[in-house]
Amino acid sequence: MALAEEFDAGHVSPSACPACAAAPSAERLAELARPASARLMLSLPTAHCAACMSTVENGLQAVPGVQSARVNLTLRRVSVDADPEVTAESLIPILAGLGYEAHELDPGLLSATETDKQGRELLMRLGVAGFAMMNVMLLSVAVWSGAGDATRDLFHWVSAAIALPTVVFAGQPFFKSALASLRVGRLGMDVPISLAIILASSISLFETFNSGNHAYFDAAVMLVFFLLAGRYLDHRTRAVARSAAEELAALEVPRAIRVADGVEETVAISALAVGDLVRVRPGGRMPVDGEVISGMSEVDRSLLTGESLPAVAGPGTLVAAGEINLTGPLMVRVIAAGRDSSLHRMADLVAVAESTKTQYTSLAERAARAYSPLVHLLSFGAFGYWMWATGGDMRYAINISAAVLIITCPCALGLAVPAVVTAASGKLFRKGLLIKDGTALERLAEVDYVVFDKTGTLTLGTPTPTNLDRLPMDALAVATALAAGSSHPLAVALTRAANVPPVQLTDIREVPGYGVEARLNGQIVRLGRAEWVGAAPASETATYLSVAGQTHAILFADKLRPGAETAIAAMQAAGLRLMLLSGDAPAPVADLAARLGITDFAAGKLPAEKVAQVRALQDQGHKVLMVGDGLNDTAALAQAYVSISPASALDAARTASDIVLLGQDMAPVADALRIAKQSTRRIRENFALSAGYNVIAVPLALAGLATPLLAALAMSISSITVSLNALRLR
Amino acid sequence: MEILTILIPVSLLLGGIGLVAFFWALKSKQFDDPQGDAARILKTDYDDHPKP
Repeated sequence: MALAEEFDAGHVSPSACPACAAAPSAERLAELARPASARLMLSLPTAHCAACMSTVENGLQAVPGVQSARVNLTLRRVSVDADPEVTAESLIPILAGLGYEAHELDPGLLSATETDKQGRELLMRLGVAGFAMMNVMLLSVAVWSGAGDATRDLFHWVSAAIALPTVVFAGQPFFKSALASLRVGRLGMDVPISLAIILASSISLFETFNSGNHAYFDAAVMLVFFLLAGRYLDHRTRAVARSAAEELAALEVPRAIRVADGVEETVAISALAVGDLVRVRPGGRMPVDGEVISGMSEVDRSLLTGESLPAVAGPGTLVAAGEINLTGPLMVRVIAAGRDSSLHRMADLVAVAESTKTQYTSLAERAARAYSPLVHLLSFGAFGYWMWATGGDMRYAINISAAVLIITCPCALGLAVPAVVTAASGKLFRKGLLIKDGTALERLAEVDYVVFDKTGTLTLGTPTPTNLDRLPMDALAVATALAAGSSHPLAVALTRAANVPPVQLTDIREVPGYGVEARLNGQIVRLGRAEWVGAAPASETATYLSVAGQTHAILFADKLRPGAETAIAAMQAAGLRLMLLSGDAPAPVADLAARLGITDFAAGKLPAEKVAQVRALQDQGHKVLMVGDGLNDTAALAQAYVSISPASALDAARTASDIVLLGQDMAPVADALRIAKQSTRRIRENFALSAGYNVIAVPLALAGLATPLLAALAMSISSITVSLNALRLR
Repeated sequence: MEILTILIPVSLLLGGIGLVAFFWALKSKQFDDPQGDAARILKTDYDDHPKP
């Protein structure tokens, strides 16, 4: 679409000389040579109002190279048309400056347009069914209120002319899925639906031919309309979730820089073999398990182990795939690649956890499983009985069995679950929670035990300095200036937190693995590790400054995720049992647990131990909710009954979890538990409501007393009550 | 009752116009962002001067 427009625009652009218009002009060629403008997609979890849209759109349009930006508030994302040199990474800080969190979405939007197309198709069928329903109903009301003979026949014929094409066009999704389920030998909900639609239409056509009294055209079309409405709601919920969750761009690039005979080449990780030399640049992720053979740096293991402190890496240090190299380049000799690497072992752990997890059958599936055979049995039973009772009056018997099918048809059942799930997930989406799995809400409602990871989940995983106010101003100014020269997490945190003007330093250089060093008025000043600076190490996370012969310790603490306290308090108030499982050292874990009032905690847990702990809880009969973000949590996330991970989590963790927390705020997690309980109750109520209508209407249909009017009333009233009940969700 | 021969086609025609309008709206992507469109009308950006 966009391409076509661009082409057109290029075609009509006025050329310098009119004569050139026929031949491709120079400017047109130049335009063609230029790569097509980039189309970027960013997810904006916190955008919610008209002012947000203006701020974001105007802010992005002010960026040089950006042609246009448009916010889609329903999907919480912004699409940007920009020159190729503008990247999503460069736009994220700009949006952060405007006060909005943003995540890059996969630019390969093929799947998104595919779901859009499906949604549009469903909506079109819904529109057609709605149009037909209104017109057929208009004619049917006339018949019900007493139109007889020729007029009735005429009305039936007109109804048939409207209803039959509608059923053929709009009913396709049901026919297709019914065929698919029959092919694998199952009776899904769509089989009785399709049967009812087809039977109702053909019986009515037959009756119209023979100028019969009753035609069910309105019922057939109404059925299609209400069920399509349910299907469309269902589709929308899933489309919104999919577009945001699964398109968050992958963080890992499966490539590594291999060094052979002094020549660097970029190869796929799968091509690496044991013994190869790999260079890992600062900021890069370890592609393999290996041993450092040269270089000095620090590595961030938090995503693998939950440790909040970076570890020093020098020659001889063993590093594992997935760790992040922080300060200096490292040369690593591969000791395990591919299948044997720790990253892969983690994936195996996830696979095992997933396979042992009991398959959850959703409420709707359970209802359909009980419902479909019953409906068919009733309908056939009615047919058999009336064949016998009327002495072989086929027309009458078929009429009754069709009426039974139409009345029992799960019109309300088809709406019962989607209406509630749409209301609930819409509510949670506005709070910043994305339901990835359709049954996650139902499972969440049953949870009685919550297991948390620490680093990156309850805490933000980013350290913040705690004692800046106790440092002398001039020392702080030196520290800030030194910190600006490093990309170490502590240095970055210090630069962000300190608001003093940095002093002028000369010869700033980073010593990988140790810290930053510079000259202040000819004297050497240092910021870094205790032993290098010459300070006494403190017990907590800290960096040390030496200036003018004095040393200062700058202490850091991992910042609590906003809303974590509220969420924990709400969960405890709701009577849930909580546990903190972390891979970090005991001291910070105990500290955090005390701060949040969690009595059950364990530190230094390996990924396999986390899974074992979750499984042990499940064996005791608990339904466990796991909240975690790291690679070390992934298997536990997969093992747990239901799982939540923040959007900042690793790709693997997000994929393994059922719900993604889009914003920074943790408080919605407690809301999710409450809303999940409520929505499951609503779903059950809806089932009871539609069953209630059937209890009244089915005996009438079996007795042969059902009229098209009764069928229409039962169908519409039950569908409306069910939808209204879903909207009661608070 | 002869009036029906006029009224029925008229009602169908009017309904059909509605249906075609719906198709057009659907095709021109007006249902892609209902929430955003509802909020967009409240923007004050072009209140005092028309959109350039």
